[in-house]
Amino acid sequence: MERIDAYPTHEYEGFKLRPGKPFPFGATFVPGGVNFSIYSSHASTCKLVLFDKGQPQPKVEIPFPEEFKIGDVFSMVVFGLEYENIEYGYRLDGPFDPQQGHRFDQTKILLDPYAKAISGRDIWGKPPNWDNIFAHRSLLVYDDFDWDKDRPLEIPMEDMVIYEMHVRSFTRHPSSGVKFPGTFAGIRQKIPYLKELGVNCIELMPIYEFDEFENSRTSPVTGETLMNYWGYSTVGFFAPKSGLAATGKMGMQVDEMKTLVKELHRNGIEVFLDVVFNHTAEGNENGPYISFKGIDNKTYYMLTPEGYYFNFSGTGNTLNCNNPVVRNIVLDCLRYWAAEYHIDGFRFDLASILGRDPLGYPLSNPPLLESLAFDPILAKCKLIAEAWDAGGLYQVGSFPAYGRWAEWNGKFRDGIRNFLRGEPGKVGDVAQRIQGSPDLYASRGPTASINFITCHDGFTLYDLVAYNDKHNEANGEGNQDGSNDNNSWNCGWEGPSTDPAVNALRLRQMKNAAAMLLVSQGVPMILMGDEITRTQKGNNNTYCQDNELNWLDWDLVNSQAELLRFFQNLIRFRLAHPVLRNRWHLINQDRIGSGYPDISWHGTQAWNPDWSSSSRVLAFMLDGKHARGGTLEDNSIYVGMNMHWDRLWFELPRLPEGKNWHVLANTGAPAPEDIWETGCEPRLDQQDGISLGGRSVVVLVSK
Amino acid sequence: MEVNKSLIQDVNVVEITGDLDGSTAPNVQAEIIPLVTPEAKLILDLSKVGYMSSSGLRMLLVTYRMITGKSGKVILVGLSEEIQDTMSMTGFLDFFTYLPTLDDALKAIV
Repeated sequence: MERIDAYPTHEYEGFKLRPGKPFPFGATFVPGGVNFSIYSSHASTCKLVLFDKGQPQPKVEIPFPEEFKIGDVFSMVVFGLEYENIEYGYRLDGPFDPQQGHRFDQTKILLDPYAKAISGRDIWGKPPNWDNIFAHRSLLVYDDFDWDKDRPLEIPMEDMVIYEMHVRSFTRHPSSGVKFPGTFAGIRQKIPYLKELGVNCIELMPIYEFDEFENSRTSPVTGETLMNYWGYSTVGFFAPKSGLAATGKMGMQVDEMKTLVKELHRNGIEVFLDVVFNHTAEGNENGPYISFKGIDNKTYYMLTPEGYYFNFSGTGNTLNCNNPVVRNIVLDCLRYWAAEYHIDGFRFDLASILGRDPLGYPLSNPPLLESLAFDPILAKCKLIAEAWDAGGLYQVGSFPAYGRWAEWNGKFRDGIRNFLRGEPGKVGDVAQRIQGSPDLYASRGPTASINFITCHDGFTLYDLVAYNDKHNEANGEGNQDGSNDNNSWNCGWEGPSTDPAVNALRLRQMKNAAAMLLVSQGVPMILMGDEITRTQKGNNNTYCQDNELNWLDWDLVNSQAELLRFFQNLIRFRLAHPVLRNRWHLINQDRIGSGYPDISWHGTQAWNPDWSSSSRVLAFMLDGKHARGGTLEDNSIYVGMNMHWDRLWFELPRLPEGKNWHVLANTGAPAPEDIWETGCEPRLDQQDGISLGGRSVVVLVSK
Repeated sequence: MEVNKSLIQDVNVVEITGDLDGSTAPNVQAEIIPLVTPEAKLILDLSKVGYMSSSGLRMLLVTYRMITGKSGKVILVGLSEEIQDTMSMTGFLDFFTYLPTLDDALKAIV
């Protein structure tokens, strides 16, 4: 039977209309037409502005009749639109009174905050028409993707190995050999590489539509155009960035990205998104009108009592996340990505901002974080906080978690880096980090800790062992940008070196870092390219560099095969041994009567670790019978870490009768004896001890 | 836009000429619907299609779902490199058997 609401009741300049439904917000296909719905608490009137695709002027502006408004929501069905050829926006009127927080300007056409695809930056880096009266245009999108049997993978958190990457950086380099470099399709072509590496999750740096030309400028050093390359500045929260899709020029970025997710899932790889809800691309009072600023400035942004923008994000404005209306759009957004894109988890940029009240004070029970933690659609999604913000809030270990949230563990990064570079007296801290930071996450378990030594912010792993200081001149900010606390050590020479001894030490240090990361309890995260010595030439903040400072050079896969193999084998070893992936904290006691504590500590002498302030040596043993709290039986594992420059003898803890130590890895040994394949580890000749080279790590397994 | 339909033994061959987009896809769909009978065999010859938009791809997938829903078979032939790339990247190609020529398809569909 035909539906009554498939027929229009109103008409405006030849366009057939009827009152729309307030829910859902955004543009939704209904029989015969499209339902447009938008809300504003302070607008007096609203017009729907329709463009034929790419045209400079609108084809029509349809005012929402009075009777089409319920509460603060304008909604309307427009019949007979050809969805592929329509771009739409809104023109709202209301007070312009900045002191009261209102900035309505009816000369502006505004992007739908719920736009599911956005045109205007269709092809990455193509200079836009700056005279365009509507730069970022909302598109209509069918949510009809054919997922077959796919759904989010729900890999247990303790089993994850995360690989953080930038979509464009991963395959943009000419050496990638993919057909469409720098795109979602490019990643899909490289899935075999990811599988061989062994990671089971990729975490994508921002993919929500952003404007790579935001604040673009010419580098005074290189003459290149500096861009908003990383994309930590959102234009539209519901739209994948067109310029990251090879089919973006056809408006098919939605299908391309969903196809990538489906194919990754088919290969056992989850997809996390790095989401930026703390601010938008609209900047402060001098920034452009894109969407929120002209729709309901006072609701969406945190404003000072004088009506200026709070700047807890360090980028001009701060989204008012604990306003109930804003909270809802964040929730709608994440639900959309989880349900429509089958996204497996989210990493929240500067997440501490999400716990501030509308005046900026930290809340003890932030409603947004609580809503996300208990949401039914997000129930199996991993939620990861960057637990600090640019306004001075640092919540590593104390982020409001509701039993759900994990954190980027900045203290793991700092602690391991200091130990790695040979700082004395760090072993106590390192012992905590290796156990999954029970000092920070006592009640939350090790899976609350995302362990990383490097991430997109800061040095790459190679640069961590090749530079003492940042070298950010290419960013054009006089080397003032980027962190100064790198805790790095250049191994004796700043930058590239021809000295074989320096290079050998660097390679060993990278292996040491990989080993420490991958034998720690918690969830390891690897930065794209660290497994093949990707360098940013000492630049620790490449947010604006669309060039080889960011692009992954795939020739390194061959030239750095030794390090790659080391990573691959270590990841496989981790995934083969549940004793490395406990769900609950170790208690340093024998709780099942195996004769060994779940974790025991050692030094150059077995059972006698050196916790002193001059110590650079630590070893530990995980008892296999205690795997997963004693519910699984695994091999025992011993890890000896000698961050002293001298070769030292490490006495080994004795194994039960019939068991022997075997060598999985020894970073002090030349390749190929630096690492063995899981299951093929050779028996250690002498069972009571091992001579460990200076600045070396050994991983042994009992068999 | 032109649609030529022919019957070769028990196989319906539909040859499409022109662009397949939001304005033409509904017409092509209307031409195909009568051919969707139980266990129908359908070959879509796209060698004369210049441009295929999102609507065109959706029309193909709807056709696939209709045909396979009635235990029929559908094969695409003559995809240009550009169309094949677009279909691959957006996932549409995963559903289809596609072959270079009509002869190949006629042999395969039996």
